Amino acid sequence: MRYSAIGRYPMPTLFDIRDLSKVYRMGEVEVHALRNVTLTLDEGTFVCLLGPSGSGKSTLLNIVGGLDVPTSGQVVYRTEDLTHADEAALTAYRRRHVGFVFQFYNLIPSLTALENVALVTEIVDAPMPPEEALRLVQLQERLHHFPAQMSGGEQQRVAIARAIAKRPAVLLCDEPTGALDISTGIVVLEALARVNAELGTTTVVITHNAAIASMAHRVIRLADGRVVAVEQRTERLSPRELVW
Amino acid sequence: MIRLTALNRKLLRDLWQMKAQALAIAMVVASGVAMFVMYLSTFSSLRATQQSYYEQQRFADVFASLRRAPLSLAADVAAIPGVSAVEARVVANVTLDLEGMVEPATGRLVSIPATRRPRVDDLFVRRGRWIEPGRSDEVLASEAFVIAHGLAPGDHVRAVINGRLRRLTIVGVALSPEFIYSIRPGELIPDDRRFGIFWMEREALASAFDMEGGFNDLVLDLAPGTSSEAVVERLDRLLEPYGGLGAIPRALQLSHWTVENELAQLQSFGFLLPLIFLTVAAFILNVALTRALALQRPQIAALKALGYSNRELGWHYLKWALAIGAIGVAIGVLGGAGLGSTLIDLYNQYFRFPVLLFRVPAGVVAGATALTLVAAGLGAIGAVLRAVRIPPAEAMRPEPPSGYRRGAIETRFVARRLGTAGRMVLRNVSRHPLRAAASIFGISFAVAILMIGFVFSQAIERLILTQFWDAERQDVTVNFVEPRSERARYELARLPGVIAVEPQRTVPVRMHAGHHERYLAVTGVPDTQRLKRIVDREGRPTELPPSGLVLSKILAQVLDIRPGDTVTLDVLEGHRPVRTMIVTGVVDDIMGLSAYMNAGALHDVMRESDVVSGALLVVDAAEEERLSRELKALPAVAGVGFKRAVLRNFRDVMAANMNLSIGINLLFASIIAFGVVYNAARVSLSERSRELASLRVLGFTRGEISLILLGELAVLTLASLPAGALFGYMLAALIVGSIESEVYRFPLYVSTQAVAQSFLGIVGAATVSGLLVRRRLDQLDLVAVLKIRE
Repeated sequence: MRYSAIGRYPMPTLFDIRDLSKVYRMGEVEVHALRNVTLTLDEGTFVCLLGPSGSGKSTLLNIVGGLDVPTSGQVVYRTEDLTHADEAALTAYRRRHVGFVFQFYNLIPSLTALENVALVTEIVDAPMPPEEALRLVQLQERLHHFPAQMSGGEQQRVAIARAIAKRPAVLLCDEPTGALDISTGIVVLEALARVNAELGTTTVVITHNAAIASMAHRVIRLADGRVVAVEQRTERLSPRELVW
Repeated sequence: MIRLTALNRKLLRDLWQMKAQALAIAMVVASGVAMFVMYLSTFSSLRATQQSYYEQQRFADVFASLRRAPLSLAADVAAIPGVSAVEARVVANVTLDLEGMVEPATGRLVSIPATRRPRVDDLFVRRGRWIEPGRSDEVLASEAFVIAHGLAPGDHVRAVINGRLRRLTIVGVALSPEFIYSIRPGELIPDDRRFGIFWMEREALASAFDMEGGFNDLVLDLAPGTSSEAVVERLDRLLEPYGGLGAIPRALQLSHWTVENELAQLQSFGFLLPLIFLTVAAFILNVALTRALALQRPQIAALKALGYSNRELGWHYLKWALAIGAIGVAIGVLGGAGLGSTLIDLYNQYFRFPVLLFRVPAGVVAGATALTLVAAGLGAIGAVLRAVRIPPAEAMRPEPPSGYRRGAIETRFVARRLGTAGRMVLRNVSRHPLRAAASIFGISFAVAILMIGFVFSQAIERLILTQFWDAERQDVTVNFVEPRSERARYELARLPGVIAVEPQRTVPVRMHAGHHERYLAVTGVPDTQRLKRIVDREGRPTELPPSGLVLSKILAQVLDIRPGDTVTLDVLEGHRPVRTMIVTGVVDDIMGLSAYMNAGALHDVMRESDVVSGALLVVDAAEEERLSRELKALPAVAGVGFKRAVLRNFRDVMAANMNLSIGINLLFASIIAFGVVYNAARVSLSERSRELASLRVLGFTRGEISLILLGELAVLTLASLPAGALFGYMLAALIVGSIESEVYRFPLYVSTQAVAQSFLGIVGAATVSGLLVRRRLDQLDLVAVLKIRE
């Protein structure tokens, strides 16, 4: 139901981002990772952030996810201003509302798939059972395997299960298929699409693979720290139909 | 079953992953805990035993000896305010004649009432029975003596009592709180074969020593809250006309003082040594954890992204350290209990208690646990905070490549000499100066601890050399019952095998200056020092000025006297003159309280011409047996010491003692050295396995890459040797200072041999741990290592 609703009716805004800038100091040089970025992210949408390396995608994602703070500008999550939140507030925000998926999975190697998911379900209110989260990514057969005993695609799906088990408001994925081959990449993207469709979780995916953009509601292109294009898509492909 | 959270499961598995390293650190912790438990449990066992023994046997609060006083005076003593019980006794030293023993032994006879138990200093009868009234031959014998000679109730010993050989029948075996520790007069350590205590009926003893209706020894118990000082003062005044030799409070009684001194040492070692070990453990924990957490960087980033707070992660990683500490406590408590019971066995040979059992009090275990957790926490907290505080977005990125620089010591000249491998070693060491310092600190403590063991065993040899060869060059020491005319020397000279005789005059005095005072004997020294010489700690003879007193350093310290100051002597013999004398010198010797003056001057003080209280003999070893037989029979002789026998006993006792402590030191020093080096090696290996594997891929041999890794350890180990020697010297000085007492001092003598031995030991331990890590280097999987993402 919700899937078809996207694009037809205006959805509530989840993130309101205004004039966002981030300057890093690397030794003696200043790096402008983001320059006056302004955009909104709507609830329930599947957003794709496209751009070459160094365009500011990861910085934007980290700030939206409460892992980093901007140099100037404002990020408002629902009604909460993240720009002025302290470390404790950002931790609480990440804990309750954000699910992360990283390029290199970042699983805890000493914990099994189930335990990696439990790591999250143990610290939030009303999570889904870890087994259910793993079933959603079709890993119900691999509950007791350690990361080292799984393929890259399987590890990434564990990471997705770990991210969604808390029923987050937003799922932030930084190059989730970057370390995977095409066929495993597609399985991972299918898992993301299913989460977005079935749970209505706002999903932001960073990639420099333009093909992935074909499955998004919205595509935001970044270059040199600026938003250069925003595309609202009405025609969406399923991950199986993507052409790499 | 306890359900572990995922984070705790991670903790257990991460610890298991680094088990060898964790165990190495835990063993260092365990060493500290073991020492803590060993010393403090022994302390508490000894203290509890001592207190209940004192209480049950009514150990005296004040002791006094005198020449002779009528029994009626005992009532006056009992009337001194605060005195709750008095026992007036006859005490005499006699020569024992024992079968199978060439050299004479000394017996101390102490009178006891036959019809009741003593009111003060009651005996604990281990076996046999109390003496029967009217049986002048019955005695209770001290347990140590009975055991040393394999005697039992019903056996006999022969004693020369006032010139007559008497046969004494042992009816019981006893112990007294007065003689928990007992030494033969004039000796340094106990010799149970050559010294025994015998308790016999008052009347029998009194008649043998002309003490009928009188006494020459007093023991008093005081009412609770009474100051012993006031009682001692009044007692001294009361006994003065009867040849009082000065009353002493319990604190100065030899046996009690020795036990107290031992207790104080146990307590200070029990805190000092564990503290050193736990400090080292904290340092290496810091190094190990810093590296382990660097490896955890991506995991920390992920956990933070998942919403774990800094506090939760900090606690999680702090628990690593606490868990390692807890393992150390478990091993340490067990080890400490084992070592403590060995130590108690050793004390049971020195100290005679009815029962001395080893117990580990819960408080000691709790203290060890608390101390360890604090040390582990302090060691870990820096590393943990640094790791956890990294902002999540930064932790997400790989650690920036290490910033290498040419070290300050790496001049062009050095660089050319070193070659590539040498340069890598040098840069790695200088890149982490704090870490290198921590390793050097740890290893140098291992050197120091090992050195202490060797230093002390050699100090004992030194002590023997100084005391038995430089200071006392006689073969036999003879003490007379009473001072005698110097003609006695000719009688001694006529005995078989006697080559030379040096008469000796010692006079008991109370020496005071200001409000300090001590009881001791002043020794008269002939113009030319032949057999008995005054030597300093290094064994160098010291000339005696013609007038004035020369004091031992400890005595000068106790009285707070410098050369040129005056002291007052109350002589406790003869016409009991009182003299004020100038102190003309202080000798830095190994003895406790001693004072010397010119023999002629001493005679003048005593208003006597040629009186001797003993003699030193040089004898023909072949005639020792005959000489001994004749000396035993001389009524004028109170005691005879054969140097050979004294020395043999000294070595036996010290050897047992030293072997135990050197063994313990060797064990603990190896653990520290191994733990520190192994950890440093594992940390380097973990940081550099990629780099080393890359070198292997480039064609370096195993030997060459081992050289880079082990070279770093070799540099650290070598650098810690001089620091270790310095620490060792400081620690030795600290310990020598802490065991220095009014009875004796230790020479602080650090030989090159001790230093070399400890260096060798540590290099050995370091080599073993280096080789263990090298084995891992041989198993390096080149392809896999290169795939690891930094």
